[in-house]
Amino acid sequence: MIVAMPVEGKTMSASINKSFGRTQYFLVYNTETQQKTFLANEAANAQGGAGIQASQFIVDQHTNALLIPMIGKNAADVLKGAGVELYMTSGCSISGNITAFLDGKLESLTQIHAGFHNHGGK
Amino acid sequence: MGVNKLKIAILSGKGGTGKTLVSVNLAAVCNDSTYIDCDVEEPNGHIFFKPVIEDKSDIKVLIPVCDDAKCTGCRACVEFCNFNALAHVNGSLMIFEDICHSCGGCKLVCPENAITEKEKTIGKIEIGKSNETNVISGIMNTGEESGVPIIDELLNRDFIDTYNYFIDCPPGSSCTVMESIKDADYCILVTEPTVMGLHDFKMVYELVSLFKKPHSVILNKCTIEYNPAKQFCLDENINILMEIPYDSELALLNSQGKIVARESRKFNEMFSILLETVLKEVHK
Amino acid sequence: MKKLLILSGKGGTGKTTVSSSFIKLSQTEAYADCDVDAPNLHLMVDIPSESTTKSFYGLPKANIDTQKCTDCGQCMEHCRFNAIKNNDGYTVDFYACEGCGVCEYVCPTEAISMQKATAGNLILYRDNTVFSTAKLNMGFGNSGMLVAEVKNQLDDEAPDAEFAVIDGSPGIGCPVIASISGVDMVLVVTEPSLSGISDMSRVIDTAEGFMVDCAVCINKYDINLENTEKIEEICRNRNIPMTGRIPFDNMVVGAVNNRISITDINCPAGNAIKDVYHSTMKIFKTETGEIE
Repeated sequence: MIVAMPVEGKTMSASINKSFGRTQYFLVYNTETQQKTFLANEAANAQGGAGIQASQFIVDQHTNALLIPMIGKNAADVLKGAGVELYMTSGCSISGNITAFLDGKLESLTQIHAGFHNHGGK
Repeated sequence: MGVNKLKIAILSGKGGTGKTLVSVNLAAVCNDSTYIDCDVEEPNGHIFFKPVIEDKSDIKVLIPVCDDAKCTGCRACVEFCNFNALAHVNGSLMIFEDICHSCGGCKLVCPENAITEKEKTIGKIEIGKSNETNVISGIMNTGEESGVPIIDELLNRDFIDTYNYFIDCPPGSSCTVMESIKDADYCILVTEPTVMGLHDFKMVYELVSLFKKPHSVILNKCTIEYNPAKQFCLDENINILMEIPYDSELALLNSQGKIVARESRKFNEMFSILLETVLKEVHK
Repeated sequence: MKKLLILSGKGGTGKTTVSSSFIKLSQTEAYADCDVDAPNLHLMVDIPSESTTKSFYGLPKANIDTQKCTDCGQCMEHCRFNAIKNNDGYTVDFYACEGCGVCEYVCPTEAISMQKATAGNLILYRDNTVFSTAKLNMGFGNSGMLVAEVKNQLDDEAPDAEFAVIDGSPGIGCPVIASISGVDMVLVVTEPSLSGISDMSRVIDTAEGFMVDCAVCINKYDINLENTEKIEEICRNRNIPMTGRIPFDNMVVGAVNNRISITDINCPAGNAIKDVYHSTMKIFKTETGEIE
């Protein structure tokens, strides 16, 4: 399965990023092949609707599960609409969270906030 | 609005300098006047006027609707939308109404004509009266994208036929402020004697100059201390209409949501003189 | 980095005066001004003299090439923002244009292009402290994105700082919401007026909607004691801690204008703000765990 998470840098020692829509990078991890791919998040520079654009991107990577500390409503709607499961990260270590996820120790993320509305205007 | 009407916009840059105090009280002492609250995100004028509402009007914008039967998932609309208000997942188009700017682009680019539009209410306008003063307030619903369509409606529809209009503008110098002063005949800039007040005052001074609006200044909350805003006005030759001293009685009445010109003779006189000064200046 | 955000709801309550005092008292190495529409913090704090500026691009603006334009008027017909006028030729109103791209799409001769527009500047001041701020250009709206950039810059430039004070903007709109993202606590500075009370409640609602806890302090409390008590009752009912009352003080304006911190002079407001600071930080440390 494909697991994704927002990260602060392109290495395994980077931390999990608190923001989903505005994170600089995503780590996409294939649990079968154990391949780890770091992808730039183009939504980070979006004037608005960053969460939506980032979600579309995550869905397009055929992601099955997303590990995040929190997420806004619009992004959550897109991900849920595509059947991506949301899990709440614990602490900021990438490898720690991957291990916890594989061991079934991460909880589902159920608290969705109203969205940070970084949307642009003129 | 028709000809021979006088539209005076009151703006400040910094919040809390006394913009609403001035617009509400000038409207209250002026015959044949209408107060218009363009601070649609945080309208406060109605707190003071407590108007009897005579009419209401919903303000609507157009939002796309997708016919999934016609949609082929080509994503032309998703790619086109500069605001990221659209996503296509699981075979259907998701539309995020709070982010949509109602530009109509998605409908245009869809090769299958799968997108039509529906109306969405983003706010309302309330028209009422407080004693002899007409009061029109624009109120934006929370979470909405932009108050500009509401301000546009507030200022371009002939709701009430009076001669004098006092337009209470939003703080700052962004798009909503620009929309509020676009058709004003005269601008009154209200500032306070702090360096912050001066800093933000310079922003709106730049704005009214850019829009070539005749303008004057009211220095509010003046103390005996050196007033950087006053110095700036003197240096730049900006006309000063009045220096209102800081007055704890005025502050108390204002904090109680009272219209000071209606509560005390002292303040009624002050604002009547101010009105006279403004009208003389405008008709120069 | 643990972050304390200072908000107000209503403008003019004294938010920046309180923020600058907190920065002085905590001797923090990192602080930011997220009121990008009307930034004022730099006027009240001893900022580093060196600064770097980066352009910030907003949504693009439409541009009409008059050589290619055939005056068909399709752009004006389709523009929903009244941003295209015909005054002896078709032109775009820069401030009204919202960057949607519809005019570019409908133009039959490709005379219209969308061009990058500088919406503002991201500014960084640093020596042994880091001050991150920005200035939105006139006419651009909805600065949430630029606010996010100010905070990212703070994180990037002061990665080892343990504590940061962030001066927020008035209102409850997008810039405020963007500034709430990722902070540990919000201190609301309010004033005892009806507008102030109304706006305070709305900004608390907003912060709680993002699961961020609030504390409240009342500035200029002695202007209206009845309203001050009203505010304290509202906070009691909502389980929101009060961290103090600051009196109206004639000495503040003079100090502010001379860039003297009111905590450095023996005045009623300055002394009260010190108490507010200690009460607020006690709650902050409980919320976030021990910090230096």
